[in-house]
Amino acid sequence: MTELPEMPCQELVEVVTDYLDGALSAPDRARFEAHLADCDACRDYVDQFRETISLVGRVEPEQLSPQAREQLLDAFRGWRVRS
Amino acid sequence: MDDGALLERLRAGDEAAFTELVGRYSGALLRLVRMYVPSAAVAEEVVQETWLGVLSGLDGFEGRSSLRTWLFRIAINRARTRGSRERRTVPFASLADREAGEEHPSVAPERFLGPDHDRWPHHWATPPRRWEESPDRRLESHETVERVLAAIAQLPPAQRAVITLRDIEGWESSEVCNTLEISETNQRVLLHRARSRVRADLETYFAE
Repeated sequence: MTELPEMPCQELVEVVTDYLDGALSAPDRARFEAHLADCDACRDYVDQFRETISLVGRVEPEQLSPQAREQLLDAFRGWRVRS
Repeated sequence: MDDGALLERLRAGDEAAFTELVGRYSGALLRLVRMYVPSAAVAEEVVQETWLGVLSGLDGFEGRSSLRTWLFRIAINRARTRGSRERRTVPFASLADREAGEEHPSVAPERFLGPDHDRWPHHWATPPRRWEESPDRRLESHETVERVLAAIAQLPPAQRAVITLRDIEGWESSEVCNTLEISETNQRVLLHRARSRVRADLETYFAE
Protein backbone atom coordinates (compact mmCIF):
# COMPACT_ATOMS: atom_id res chain seq x y z
CA MET A 1 0.00 0.00 0.00
CA THR A 2 1.36 3.41 -0.93
CA GLU A 3 1.58 5.91 1.85
CA LEU A 4 -0.86 8.86 1.71
CA PRO A 5 0.66 12.33 1.35
CA GLU A 6 0.65 14.33 4.56
CA MET A 7 -2.18 16.82 5.12
CA PRO A 8 -0.46 20.11 6.06
CA CYS A 9 -1.98 22.43 8.69
CA GLN A 10 -3.12 24.97 6.09
CA GLU A 11 -5.14 22.30 4.28
CA LEU A 12 -6.55 20.86 7.49
CA VAL A 13 -8.10 24.13 8.65
CA GLU A 14 -10.13 24.27 5.42
CA VAL A 15 -11.79 20.88 5.88
CA VAL A 16 -12.77 20.81 9.56
CA THR A 17 -16.51 21.13 8.81
CA ASP A 18 -16.27 18.43 6.14
CA TYR A 19 -14.56 16.23 8.71
CA LEU A 20 -17.16 16.89 11.41
CA ASP A 21 -20.02 16.32 8.92
CA GLY A 22 -18.49 13.00 7.81
CA ALA A 23 -18.12 14.38 4.28
CA LEU A 24 -14.41 13.69 3.73
CA SER A 25 -13.36 10.81 1.47
CA ALA A 26 -11.84 7.84 3.32
CA PRO A 27 -8.24 8.74 2.32
CA ASP A 28 -8.69 12.39 3.32
CA ARG A 29 -10.24 11.33 6.58
CA ALA A 30 -7.20 9.14 7.24
CA ARG A 31 -4.84 12.01 6.36
CA PHE A 32 -6.80 14.37 8.63
CA GLU A 33 -6.64 11.98 11.57
CA ALA A 34 -2.98 11.11 11.00
CA HIS A 35 -2.05 14.78 11.00
CA LEU A 36 -4.13 15.52 14.07
CA ALA A 37 -2.47 12.71 16.01
CA ASP A 38 0.89 14.40 15.39
CA CYS A 39 0.17 18.13 15.60
CA ASP A 40 -0.63 19.90 18.89
CA ALA A 41 -1.42 23.19 17.15
CA CYS A 42 -4.05 21.62 14.89
CA ARG A 43 -5.54 19.75 17.85
CA ASP A 44 -5.90 23.12 19.60
CA TYR A 45 -7.40 24.55 16.43
CA VAL A 46 -9.99 21.79 16.11
CA ASP A 47 -10.81 22.13 19.83
CA GLN A 48 -11.46 25.87 19.27
CA PHE A 49 -13.59 25.05 16.26
CA ARG A 50 -15.73 22.65 18.30
CA GLU A 51 -15.90 25.18 21.13
CA THR A 52 -17.07 27.80 18.61
CA ILE A 53 -19.87 25.50 17.40
CA SER A 54 -20.94 24.87 20.97
CA LEU A 55 -20.93 28.61 21.77
CA VAL A 56 -23.02 29.37 18.67
CA GLY A 57 -25.45 26.73 19.95
CA ARG A 58 -25.85 28.75 23.16
CA VAL A 59 -27.24 31.78 21.34
CA GLU A 60 -30.87 32.06 22.37
CA PRO A 61 -33.33 31.77 19.52
CA GLU A 62 -35.24 35.02 18.98
CA GLN A 63 -38.85 35.31 20.04
CA LEU A 64 -41.90 37.12 18.74
CA SER A 65 -43.06 39.96 20.96
CA PRO A 66 -45.96 39.11 23.31
CA GLN A 67 -48.22 41.49 21.30
CA ALA A 68 -47.43 39.71 18.04
CA ARG A 69 -48.17 36.34 19.67
CA GLU A 70 -51.47 37.65 21.03
CA GLN A 71 -52.48 38.91 17.58
CA LEU A 72 -51.65 35.52 16.10
CA LEU A 73 -53.77 33.72 18.67
CA ASP A 74 -56.68 36.02 17.88
CA ALA A 75 -56.21 35.28 14.19
CA PHE A 76 -56.09 31.56 14.97
CA ARG A 77 -59.38 31.72 16.89
CA GLY A 78 -61.00 33.58 13.99
CA TRP A 79 -59.68 30.96 11.56
CA ARG A 80 -61.03 28.10 13.67
CA VAL A 81 -64.49 29.66 13.81
CA ARG A 82 -64.57 30.16 10.04
CA SER A 83 -63.25 26.73 9.06
CA MET B 1 -44.37 16.00 20.15
CA ASP B 2 -43.13 15.85 16.55
CA ASP B 3 -44.22 18.19 13.76
CA GLY B 4 -46.44 15.57 12.10
CA ALA B 5 -48.50 15.05 15.24
CA LEU B 6 -48.73 18.82 15.83
CA LEU B 7 -49.86 19.29 12.24
CA GLU B 8 -52.70 16.79 12.72
CA ARG B 9 -53.80 18.56 15.88
CA LEU B 10 -53.56 21.92 14.15
CA ARG B 11 -55.82 20.67 11.35
CA ALA B 12 -58.30 19.69 14.05
CA GLY B 13 -58.23 23.28 15.35
CA ASP B 14 -56.14 22.66 18.49
CA GLU B 15 -54.93 26.01 19.85
CA ALA B 16 -52.16 24.46 21.98
CA ALA B 17 -50.67 22.88 18.86
CA PHE B 18 -50.64 26.26 17.13
CA THR B 19 -48.97 27.93 20.14
CA GLU B 20 -46.38 25.15 20.26
CA LEU B 21 -45.48 25.52 16.57
CA VAL B 22 -45.32 29.31 16.79
CA GLY B 23 -42.97 29.00 19.78
CA ARG B 24 -40.85 26.36 18.09
CA TYR B 25 -40.22 28.12 14.78
CA SER B 26 -40.74 31.85 15.09
CA GLY B 27 -37.18 32.49 16.30
CA ALA B 28 -35.57 30.87 13.27
CA LEU B 29 -38.15 32.52 11.01
CA LEU B 30 -37.32 35.94 12.43
CA ARG B 31 -33.60 35.50 11.81
CA LEU B 32 -34.09 34.20 8.32
CA VAL B 33 -36.61 36.83 7.29
CA ARG B 34 -34.39 39.56 8.71
CA MET B 35 -31.97 38.93 5.82
CA TYR B 36 -34.50 40.25 3.35
CA VAL B 37 -36.20 43.11 5.12
CA PRO B 38 -34.82 46.37 6.49
CA SER B 39 -35.92 46.22 10.14
CA ALA B 40 -36.79 43.90 13.01
CA ALA B 41 -40.32 45.34 13.06
CA VAL B 42 -40.91 44.43 9.42
CA ALA B 43 -39.44 40.96 10.08
CA GLU B 44 -41.98 40.44 12.84
CA GLU B 45 -44.82 41.42 10.50
CA VAL B 46 -43.57 38.98 7.87
CA VAL B 47 -43.42 36.17 10.44
CA GLN B 48 -47.00 36.94 11.49
CA GLU B 49 -48.09 36.91 7.83
CA THR B 50 -46.30 33.58 7.43
CA TRP B 51 -48.34 31.96 10.19
CA LEU B 52 -51.54 33.38 8.72
CA GLY B 53 -50.41 31.91 5.38
CA VAL B 54 -49.97 28.54 7.09
CA LEU B 55 -53.50 28.65 8.46
CA SER B 56 -55.04 29.61 5.15
CA GLY B 57 -52.94 27.09 3.20
CA LEU B 58 -53.40 24.19 5.60
CA ASP B 59 -56.19 22.52 3.62
CA GLY B 60 -54.07 22.51 0.48
CA PHE B 61 -50.88 21.28 2.21
CA GLU B 62 -50.50 17.60 1.35
CA GLY B 63 -47.36 16.97 3.36
CA ARG B 64 -45.11 16.15 0.42
CA SER B 65 -42.42 18.31 1.99
CA SER B 66 -41.93 18.50 5.74
CA LEU B 67 -43.95 21.06 7.66
CA ARG B 68 -40.86 23.10 8.38
CA THR B 69 -39.66 23.16 4.78
CA TRP B 70 -43.11 24.37 3.74
CA LEU B 71 -43.22 26.94 6.53
CA PHE B 72 -39.80 28.40 5.69
CA ARG B 73 -40.60 28.54 1.98
CA ILE B 74 -43.72 30.57 2.74
CA ALA B 75 -41.64 32.88 4.94
CA ILE B 76 -38.90 33.34 2.33
CA ASN B 77 -41.42 34.08 -0.41
CA ARG B 78 -43.21 36.64 1.71
CA ALA B 79 -39.98 38.20 2.88
CA ARG B 80 -38.80 38.47 -0.70
CA THR B 81 -41.99 40.15 -1.83
CA ARG B 82 -41.81 42.50 1.10
CA GLY B 83 -38.09 43.10 0.64
CA SER B 84 -38.38 43.86 -3.06
CA ARG B 85 -40.96 46.48 -2.28
CA GLU B 86 -38.55 48.13 0.15
CA ARG B 87 -35.25 47.49 -1.63
CA ARG B 88 -33.73 45.27 -4.29
CA THR B 89 -33.30 41.64 -3.37
CA VAL B 90 -31.14 38.97 -4.90
CA PRO B 91 -32.37 35.35 -5.04
CA PHE B 92 -30.88 33.30 -2.22
CA ALA B 93 -29.30 30.71 -4.47
CA SER B 94 -27.28 33.35 -6.33
CA LEU B 95 -26.19 34.98 -3.06
CA ALA B 96 -25.10 31.52 -1.91
CA ASP B 97 -23.22 30.87 -5.16
CA ARG B 98 -21.48 34.21 -4.98
CA GLU B 99 -20.43 33.84 -1.34
CA ALA B 100 -19.33 30.23 -1.77
CA GLY B 101 -17.35 31.14 -4.89
CA GLU B 102 -15.27 33.84 -3.23
CA GLU B 103 -11.83 32.79 -2.06
CA HIS B 104 -11.75 33.26 1.67
CA PRO B 105 -9.15 31.35 3.68
CA SER B 106 -10.35 30.00 7.04
CA VAL B 107 -7.15 31.29 8.66
CA ALA B 108 -5.04 34.21 7.39
CA PRO B 109 -2.32 32.81 5.05
CA GLU B 110 0.44 34.75 6.83
CA ARG B 111 -0.05 32.52 9.85
CA PHE B 112 1.42 29.60 7.88
CA LEU B 113 4.93 28.93 6.62
CA GLY B 114 5.30 29.44 2.88
CA PRO B 115 5.20 26.69 0.22
CA ASP B 116 8.98 26.81 -0.15
CA HIS B 117 9.80 26.29 3.52
CA ASP B 118 12.43 23.52 3.57
CA ARG B 119 10.92 21.40 6.32
CA TRP B 120 7.39 22.46 7.14
CA PRO B 121 5.68 24.06 4.13
CA HIS B 122 2.06 25.11 4.87
CA HIS B 123 2.43 24.35 8.57
CA TRP B 124 1.64 26.82 11.32
CA ALA B 125 4.02 29.76 11.72
CA THR B 126 1.74 31.39 14.32
CA PRO B 127 -0.32 28.59 15.83
CA PRO B 128 -3.60 29.30 17.61
CA ARG B 129 -3.11 30.27 21.25
CA ARG B 130 -5.22 28.32 23.68
CA TRP B 131 -8.21 30.32 24.87
CA GLU B 132 -7.29 31.26 28.40
CA GLU B 133 -10.14 31.94 30.70
CA SER B 134 -9.75 34.85 33.08
CA PRO B 135 -12.20 36.38 35.58
CA ASP B 136 -13.57 38.74 32.93
CA ARG B 137 -13.11 36.40 29.94
CA ARG B 138 -14.97 33.25 30.68
CA LEU B 139 -15.57 30.79 27.88
CA GLU B 140 -19.25 30.20 28.54
CA SER B 141 -20.18 33.61 29.89
CA HIS B 142 -23.07 35.73 28.71
CA GLU B 143 -20.54 38.24 27.34
CA THR B 144 -18.88 35.59 25.18
CA VAL B 145 -22.22 34.53 23.73
CA GLU B 146 -23.01 38.20 23.02
CA ARG B 147 -19.71 38.42 21.16
CA VAL B 148 -20.66 35.34 19.12
CA LEU B 149 -24.00 36.91 18.26
CA ALA B 150 -22.27 40.13 17.13
CA ALA B 151 -19.85 38.10 14.97
CA ILE B 152 -22.78 36.27 13.33
CA ALA B 153 -24.50 39.59 12.64
CA GLN B 154 -21.41 40.72 10.68
CA LEU B 155 -21.43 37.68 8.37
CA PRO B 156 -22.54 37.93 4.74
CA PRO B 157 -26.24 36.98 4.46
CA ALA B 158 -26.00 33.44 3.07
CA GLN B 159 -23.39 32.43 5.65
CA ARG B 160 -25.55 33.95 8.37
CA ALA B 161 -28.59 31.99 7.25
CA VAL B 162 -26.75 28.67 7.13
CA ILE B 163 -25.00 28.99 10.52
CA THR B 164 -28.31 30.10 12.08
CA LEU B 165 -30.20 27.06 10.88
CA ARG B 166 -27.39 24.53 11.44
CA ASP B 167 -25.77 25.70 14.67
CA ILE B 168 -28.34 27.88 16.47
CA GLU B 169 -31.45 25.94 15.46
CA GLY B 170 -29.68 22.57 15.14
CA TRP B 171 -31.08 21.50 11.76
CA GLU B 172 -29.70 18.63 9.67
CA SER B 173 -27.77 19.69 6.57
CA SER B 174 -30.27 18.06 4.18
CA GLU B 175 -33.08 20.13 5.63
CA VAL B 176 -31.10 23.34 5.34
CA CYS B 177 -30.36 22.53 1.68
CA ASN B 178 -34.04 21.84 0.93
CA THR B 179 -35.31 24.93 2.63
CA LEU B 180 -32.76 27.35 1.20
CA GLU B 181 -32.63 25.49 -2.14
CA ILE B 182 -28.84 25.29 -2.20
CA SER B 183 -26.51 22.36 -2.91
CA GLU B 184 -24.92 20.21 -0.18
CA THR B 185 -21.50 21.51 -1.26
CA ASN B 186 -22.44 25.18 -1.09
CA GLN B 187 -24.14 24.63 2.22
CA ARG B 188 -21.00 23.11 3.71
CA VAL B 189 -18.70 25.78 2.27
CA LEU B 190 -20.93 28.55 3.69
CA LEU B 191 -21.17 26.86 7.10
CA HIS B 192 -17.41 26.39 7.23
CA ARG B 193 -16.74 30.03 6.30
CA ALA B 194 -19.20 31.21 8.91
CA ARG B 195 -17.77 29.03 11.69
CA SER B 196 -14.20 29.98 10.73
CA ARG B 197 -14.98 33.68 10.93
CA VAL B 198 -16.70 33.32 14.28
CA ARG B 199 -13.73 31.30 15.58
CA ALA B 200 -11.31 33.97 14.36
CA ASP B 201 -13.36 36.64 16.08
CA LEU B 202 -13.36 34.66 19.34
CA GLU B 203 -9.60 34.21 19.04
CA THR B 204 -9.23 38.01 18.91
CA TYR B 205 -11.62 38.36 21.82
CA PHE B 206 -9.71 35.92 24.03
CA ALA B 207 -6.41 37.63 23.16
CA GLU B 208 -7.69 41.14 24.02
